[in-house]
This record gives sequence, structure tokens and C-alpha cells, in this order.
Amino acid sequence: MALHRLSFRLRATVCHVRTLHTSGWGQQQEAVAVESEPEPFSVFRTQETDPACQSEKHLGQFYTLPSAHFRPLFPHGLPYRYQQQVKTFNEACFMVRPPALEVISYLKKADYSKPALRYLFYGVKGSGKTMSLCHAVHFCYTQGWVVLHIPDAHLWVKNCKELLPSSYNSARFDQPLQATTWLRNFRTTNEHLLSQIKTKRRYVWTKRESTDEGRPLGELVNQGALKCRLSPRLAADRSLMKWIREEPQLHGISRVKSSSDVVGALMKDLRLQSSQPGADFRLVVAVDGVNALWGRSTIKKENKSAVDLEELTLIHNLKKLMKNDWTGGAIITTLSQTGSLYTPKSAYLPQELLGETGFDSMDPFIPVSVPNYSEKEFESAYLYYLDRKWLQHPQSRTEDGKKELSFLSSKNPSMLDRICGFL
Amino acid sequence: MAASCVRTVGSFLGKCGNCSSSLNTVTSQLSRQVLSRQICVSTALKKNLAAGGPEKFTVEFIQKQVEEFDIGKRHLANMMGEDPENFTQEDIDRSIAYLFPSGLFEKKARPLMKLIFFPLHEAVQWGADGRPFHFLFYTGKQSYYSLMHKLYSKILNIEKHQDRMRAKGLFSQDTKEISLDTSRWLTKEELEVLLVETISSNNYDRFIQLMERLLSMPYCNMEEEFVLHYRRPLEARSKKQMVPVPERDDKGVAFSTSDGRRKTSNSSVVLRDCGSGRITVNGQEYLHYFPVLQDREQLMFPLQFMGLLGRFDLQCTVSGGGRSSQAGALRLAISRALLSFLSEGEQETMRQAGLLTPDPRVRERKKPGQEGARRKFTWKKR
Repeated sequence: MALHRLSFRLRATVCHVRTLHTSGWGQQQEAVAVESEPEPFSVFRTQETDPACQSEKHLGQFYTLPSAHFRPLFPHGLPYRYQQQVKTFNEACFMVRPPALEVISYLKKADYSKPALRYLFYGVKGSGKTMSLCHAVHFCYTQGWVVLHIPDAHLWVKNCKELLPSSYNSARFDQPLQATTWLRNFRTTNEHLLSQIKTKRRYVWTKRESTDEGRPLGELVNQGALKCRLSPRLAADRSLMKWIREEPQLHGISRVKSSSDVVGALMKDLRLQSSQPGADFRLVVAVDGVNALWGRSTIKKENKSAVDLEELTLIHNLKKLMKNDWTGGAIITTLSQTGSLYTPKSAYLPQELLGETGFDSMDPFIPVSVPNYSEKEFESAYLYYLDRKWLQHPQSRTEDGKKELSFLSSKNPSMLDRICGFL
Repeated sequence: MAASCVRTVGSFLGKCGNCSSSLNTVTSQLSRQVLSRQICVSTALKKNLAAGGPEKFTVEFIQKQVEEFDIGKRHLANMMGEDPENFTQEDIDRSIAYLFPSGLFEKKARPLMKLIFFPLHEAVQWGADGRPFHFLFYTGKQSYYSLMHKLYSKILNIEKHQDRMRAKGLFSQDTKEISLDTSRWLTKEELEVLLVETISSNNYDRFIQLMERLLSMPYCNMEEEFVLHYRRPLEARSKKQMVPVPERDDKGVAFSTSDGRRKTSNSSVVLRDCGSGRITVNGQEYLHYFPVLQDREQLMFPLQFMGLLGRFDLQCTVSGGGRSSQAGALRLAISRALLSFLSEGEQETMRQAGLLTPDPRVRERKKPGQEGARRKFTWKKR
């Protein structure tokens, strides 16, 4: 045993993380047992996959998301480029960064009998706000919370192909397509919890359909999502899907007319339930691009007049959720200038992007700034790309190349990703 | 004009009226044969007036014009209420621009009050009697040959002087030399302009040879003024790059400032020797101001070339032009500012890399009759 300890100490320069880390002692022993399998040890990676156990020691290091968590947690919500990267590298690695760690520490210490705390990630474009949000969501998922993750609120206020007048309230408008996709993803994320939580009220959809009290939430969700399951090859055929959706007489497939109302009902229910003292779950509401809720919309009615945001059911319900009059959970949000409408490119502070009404509604909140990479984080990201053999150019492997990358990307994570994309 | 004004012998002169050369003989014949009253001035002088050209810019004429100009200048100074004695050409220009405001775009077409001396042209070479003034007129190149003669006489003078000195015993080889380093001989074209006549290259070579011979003699400094008249100063040597002086600000950090220009952009950069690689452009984030990678690469090039990427802090201001020209202007300014932190050899490498050369390309003007600067209108065959 002492001999093995010695050999690992000799490797301390390469993997100092492990020798310093107290729980790494157990891993060393593990590695001793499985010597035939070389594990990828390096400075920039950490073996700590549980966000709850990550601390300042792991700052700047990458941890791999277990694939069992990845598929259900993130059917939506990750930036597109990152999803492509995950597919390429065959693994999902998050970097442990101070903003996310800060929020996770608050989540750990918060008192859940008090009204829900609101956290807001803000920063310049491409600095990693969405990724920090996803990191926090992963933490909540591992703790067994119900995750209400809206990938991008901007998608709900622009480019709406179908706008139906709401059945519940004739002044408002429904967005069935967006609501159904979201419900489907919600179901994927919270599958294991939906059967346990029961509805508290009775919901009447149409004259014939209604959901009674005490039914599992899963049923409610299915009410709104498209029921038919086609083979993947057929499902990929977009024209077919369109026809199915529009054809009213197809037997056994429910029209998705009421999906926005389902969403509203779901939100209300979850909110009520988590506030009750006897609730056995906590709710986390994660909204990306929350400034869309108080901005403007580009959707037009048939008479070419712009739709006010209050007239959209989804937005209306979401705003109700954002009010901190419920307990037993947390609200984590990010600002986003990229998808926002009618905001200048240089705006990134909460005041500029939320506007007056937004700021007043969100107030009080905990703003968390997400800066560009620090030296250490940049180094870490660079080593990660090298390790994944993403940087093919011989110049990029030198010290000078690293300095060039740092200069050109100005240590902005998304810029670095874009530049390394063609190296 | 060819017809003589001597009317008494009309028919006789009418026959030989077309031959002008015989007119002189005609008049002399006439004066011998026919006592006729000459009605008008002799034709010879009139003939030469025609040959001389429409107007004669003689030296007297020029002097008269100069005097008139001076008087006019004094009048103008009085009008403007300024001192007539110290009224310079710039003051004249200013006054004329004030008194005669013009909306013309072409500056050379505006009203002007200036003495412009046009280059000399040949004055009439012969007198009233038809005899040429200069004794070398019939060589064809009178000024050239007279110059050669003058030069040779100067050489002889110097030799005589040498003999005299030798006779006195004061001959010494090491007399003051004429400094010829900063000047060059006149080119053939310039000499032609000076002499107002064409010379062949052979002539030019002979002239230079004679000058060199003059200069090879010990006491040539006697004719220094004459020699220097035929030499032109060399262009000022290319200026060595002016290196901006590095100063220290209150925190003790060395910094240097410099400017750069490209197309229509002007930029100025303060390069601080801190340790971070932070860049600010017009108060904004550098990534925000130059979203395009190409512009950032341009900014990076001077620092990366010298291997000093992470060392400096840049604070830039830029205005005018477009995206690319602003990047180019900044690059030049950075390279210039960087000079003060580099050694001689490194400065030389930068110069050879072309980092210090301002790009002279500007937008070419659109010409009338064409669609753009170079593009012509579509050519239609019919």
C-alpha cells in the first residue's frame, strides 16, 4: 500500500487535484484496484460529478455529466453549439465556475419555508449564463426537485405560427405548438416524479374532457402533449406530422388546442403544492431569457396589430409563476440579449434588459454576474480542447498559440469555442 | 506683309515681293536707283518683330511688371489697413480671398495676385540690322558654347593663380575643398532648362568632364559660387522613424502614445506596460467593438509578431472610416507605440515586416464619362 502511495505521489505534478482532494483518497484506492484501465486524469478535469459536492477546490475544472442524467435533464435548455459539442465529443462536460457555485451554495442554505428566492444570471454575450443555469438545474435534479425549465422565453414571443384564441379566456391567445413541445420535454425531465404528485383541483378542458382531483400529474401533462407515437423514420417526416396535427378526424389523437391551458394549470398546481408545508418535493423554476417576459413581441394578430404580451397565455402564466408569493422552491433565471427584441446589442445589465416593469416585478432578486473566463478557467478550457483533440492546428498547441487564442477571443467562452471550431 | 510698303516702285517689287531675303537688297537698290520717300518704317525691323513672336517678354517688360506689382501690393496693404512695408505674399493671398470671395472648387481658378515667372524662352537673337548679338550664334547652341568657354577661362584663371602662388612660394595642395557631399550635378534636362536650348548627351558629358577638371585643381574654391550654381542639393535623407518617447504615469507604469491613419480613419493608442492583455476601444469592450475576427487579428499582429502578447494594456480611440480601415489605423498606431519598447534590431524587423508603413491607398476619384473610378459604361456597338 505504501508503495502505491509513493507511486501516486510521484505523479502529483500531473494530477495534483487528486492528491489534495480529501475524497480523492478513496479514488486512489479505487484506481489501485483497477490498474488495467487507464483513467483520464488531468489538471482540468475533476471526478466529482455531483454538483452538491463541488466546492472552490474544483473551480475551473470540468466535470462530466453522467449520461443517465443527461438525456432526461436536457432535452432542451442547452445552447445549440454546446449540444453539437456534446454529440461530437460523446460526453457532456460542464466547467465549475464561481457564479454557478455561488447559486448552488445559496440553494443549499436557503430556507424553503420563506418565499422563493430569485436568482438572476447576467453578463456579456457568450459569457456562460445559460451554462451556469444548466449547472444549477443539474444540482436541483440530483437533489430530486421538480424542474420547470423553460429553455428560452424569447421563443414564446416571436415566430409564432399558430395563434389560437384561448378557450379559457377569450381575450388571450394560445400558442399550441410551443406549449406541446415544452410539455413533452417537461415530461421527459420529470418522468419519475410526475406519477407521485397528484393534482389538487379539478380541471375541465372541454365539455367531454376533464381531469379530476387526485389524478397523477402525468395524466395532466399527457392531456396536453401529442399522444401518438410514430416510428422515428415517420416522425422525421415533417409534412406528415403537419398533416396529422391538422387533420381533425384522425381517431385517437387528441387535438392540442388546450395545451397552453394545461401548461397554466400545471404551473398553478405545482406552485400551490410546493407551498404547502407537507410537500415532499421542491420546485425549481429555471427560465432562460427572462427579459422576454417584459419586453415586446413580434407576433401579429390577423389584423396586423401587435400582440401585447399580457394577451399570451403562456407568458401570463409564467409571469404569475415568477412572483415570489409561493414557498418551497427557487427561481433561477438568466438575461439574454441575443434573442431579445428591440434591445441594443451593447445592453447586458439587468436594468437595461428587464426594463422598468420587469425590474420592479423581479425586485428583490439576487443578481449574479457571469464574467468571461479568468486565466485559470481559460487554461482549463484550452487543455480540455487539446485533450479532446479538437485543436488540430500545430500552432495552436504551442504557448504562443495559446496566447493568440486568449487575445483573439478576449477570454469569452463562446468566442473561444467559435475560434477553436475551425482550428 | 510681304508686299513692300514702298509704293513708288509697285510692279517691280510686286514680282519679287514674295522673296523676303531679297528685300534688303531691294531697298538698297531702291535707295540707289530711285530716290523715293520711304513712307513707313523699314520692313526689316517689322519682319523681325513677326519672327520674334506676338509679345516680347523682355527684361524691361518683366521689370515694369514687377514694379507695378509692388505698387499694387502697397495699395492693397493700404486698403486692408495693414503695414505696406511688411506685406507678405500670404497676406496678399488672404486679402484677395477676402475681397474677391469665389465659390469655385478648383483652387487654381480663383482670383490670384502673384508674380509668376514663367520659364525663359528664347529672346530675339539678332539686332535691327540682322546681325546676331552673340558671337557664337552661328554654332547653333550659343549658350552652351559660351558656358564652356567661360568654364575654360575660369580654369585658365585658376592655373594662372596657381602659377602666381608657386612663384611666390605659397603654393599648397591642401586648400579648402568645396563640399560636394550634399549636392549632385544638374541633370541634362535641368541644364537644358537653364540654357533655354537643347543639348546632346555628348555635350552634357563634356560639360561634366570640364567641371570635374575644374574641381580637381587645388585652388578651385575660388570659383565655388559658380560651381555650386550648377549643382542641386540632394533630397533630404529618408527620415528615421520617429520613436515615441515612453513616459511613466503616476503609478510608475511605462506607457507610450502614438497615432495611426488609414484611408479616412484616425486612431490614437496608449500602450501601457502592465502585465494584462486588456484592450479598450473607444471606451467599449474590444470584443464588442470588433465582432469580426479579421479586425481582431489585425490588432493582434504587431504584438504577436514581436511575441509580446500578454504584456501590454491597450487603450485605443478611433474615428472615421469603416471597420477594416479602423482596424488598419489601430494596427499602425500600435506598431508605432510599440517601437519605444523595442531594441534597434527589432525595430528593423518590424519595419521590414511592413508594420510601420502607412498604407497610401485611398479611394480613387470617380471620373466623368465613366461609371466609377475605372469601370466604364456598358459599351454598345451601335
